[in-house]
Amino acid sequence: MTSTTSFSAVPRWIYAIGAVAATAMLVPLLAMVLRVDWTRFVPLVTSESSLDALLLSLKTSAASTTCAVVLGVPLAMLLARGHFPGQRLLRSLVLLPLVLPPVVGGIALLYTFGRQGLLGKSLELAGIHIAFSTTAVIMAQTFVGVPFLVVSLEGALRTAGTRYEAIAATLGAAPWTVLRRVTLPLVLPGLASGAVLAFARGLGEFGATLTFAGSLQGVTRTLPLEIYLQRETDPDAAVALSLVLVAVAIIVVSLAYRPLRGTFRSTPSRGLRP
Amino acid sequence: MRIFPSSGHLLTSAVVAVVAPALLLTACSSTTPPATSGGGPGSAASGASPGQELSGGITVFAAASLKATFTSLADQFQHTHPGTRISFSFAGSSDLVTQITQGAPADVFASADTANMDKLVKASLVDGTPANFASNVLSIAVPPGNPANISSLQDLAKPGVKVVLCAVQVPCGAAAHKVEDATRTKISPVSEESNVTDVLGKVISGEADAGLVYATDVKGTGTKVKGIPFAAADKAVNHYPIATVNTTKNKALADAFDAFVQSDAGQKTLAAAGFGAP
Repeated sequence: MTSTTSFSAVPRWIYAIGAVAATAMLVPLLAMVLRVDWTRFVPLVTSESSLDALLLSLKTSAASTTCAVVLGVPLAMLLARGHFPGQRLLRSLVLLPLVLPPVVGGIALLYTFGRQGLLGKSLELAGIHIAFSTTAVIMAQTFVGVPFLVVSLEGALRTAGTRYEAIAATLGAAPWTVLRRVTLPLVLPGLASGAVLAFARGLGEFGATLTFAGSLQGVTRTLPLEIYLQRETDPDAAVALSLVLVAVAIIVVSLAYRPLRGTFRSTPSRGLRP
Repeated sequence: MRIFPSSGHLLTSAVVAVVAPALLLTACSSTTPPATSGGGPGSAASGASPGQELSGGITVFAAASLKATFTSLADQFQHTHPGTRISFSFAGSSDLVTQITQGAPADVFASADTANMDKLVKASLVDGTPANFASNVLSIAVPPGNPANISSLQDLAKPGVKVVLCAVQVPCGAAAHKVEDATRTKISPVSEESNVTDVLGKVISGEADAGLVYATDVKGTGTKVKGIPFAAADKAVNHYPIATVNTTKNKALADAFDAFVQSDAGQKTLAAAGFGAP
């Protein structure tokens, strides 16, 4: 409404529904904040088990986001730019963790990398134990995080189109140069938002971790698992930790989206399509 | 190049805009209350006064470990009292207490430990005094082949043996802790789970070499895990109390079900599932 352009693409009634939606999302959060026992908040949140869980969550989410970027970028490029049989099928399969209940992902990972699993048996013989380790937590988080990165990046790649890449190629740039100098800078905002989503998903990962990695303080018990456990005996601690998780999520998302806005503005306007 | 819809379309979309969120909200909210109950009590027949023929329905909130036994007990009860309906909500005892104190429609609460029942008593939600109806002791559970050759509690403390326990915050973990203390055994678990199901899951899948769960849990899995009883298990006996929730609309039926669980027939079924005497 503050914009100087002469039209608004948002009909008024959208504001009404938007307000209802925002209320529906925010009221439960508010209800939780109201439940926090502020006199005990600091000791609850700074207890040894809470700090261990928070630290483990941040570490594993950072590691799994890195894994998701390393694995997800090539996958998104293949899906957006490649031409090969079974491409559509591959896309639906890659996106499967988005719609699967995480516990199903955990079971799948267990039967792959577990002691009796498809690959786990050979790994065990080689002396690599994945179950009940921090590695298992990172694997579970990567498994559920990759699809977010792929969806986000593939969308960005398709929106960017191949025009600039084609021009660069006709000017003699090799594929690797095109990728590095043209494609990746163009889709950087999409890549960044995908990485943020993957990080946030890792931070909240619960089902797959519980099923595949177990729950041990400082090793596999991430913040969501700690909250789940604390709820058994001390609901106040669970609420306090939930608030910490919400705060961390808000900080991560807002930090990551702030530079993006600038990037979006600086991209050349493609004009409105009729 | 027509961008704006005709006025007719505009009107339709306006109506949709007003009606849709309202419908959406009611649709969303109306599903919430029954989600916690396993089928609400029959409100029409809820006014049965004591002394009359039992009728109507009740919802029993029972600890997850009672699922098989209580389902069978309800079948027997409904058979002897035609026209009654016992519905269940099975979950961890502490979850159930939270749900009941938040207003979930429970008529009877059967807890896996006295601590959680005490919470409900403290919240003034229990009618009368809770009665213990069963007990349970820990047992070692190992995968069928017993790959780590476990034969005693002390074997669980050996280095290299992957043991999964319940966390001390939950009853099975507290019991395991008591047993460890009593026998001066120091078990270093690879994982401390929030409930028995997750411990059993890791033993069944062979991820863990052994776990400590309740004797009834081992029996409930059939041949998927092997149970190894141990003498020190009597150092941590878990008692199961049952009580009628005082917000019940069918006290006669709720009390009758409580009594049936404690009757000879009820005790026989519980014993068959591996539960000890109260």
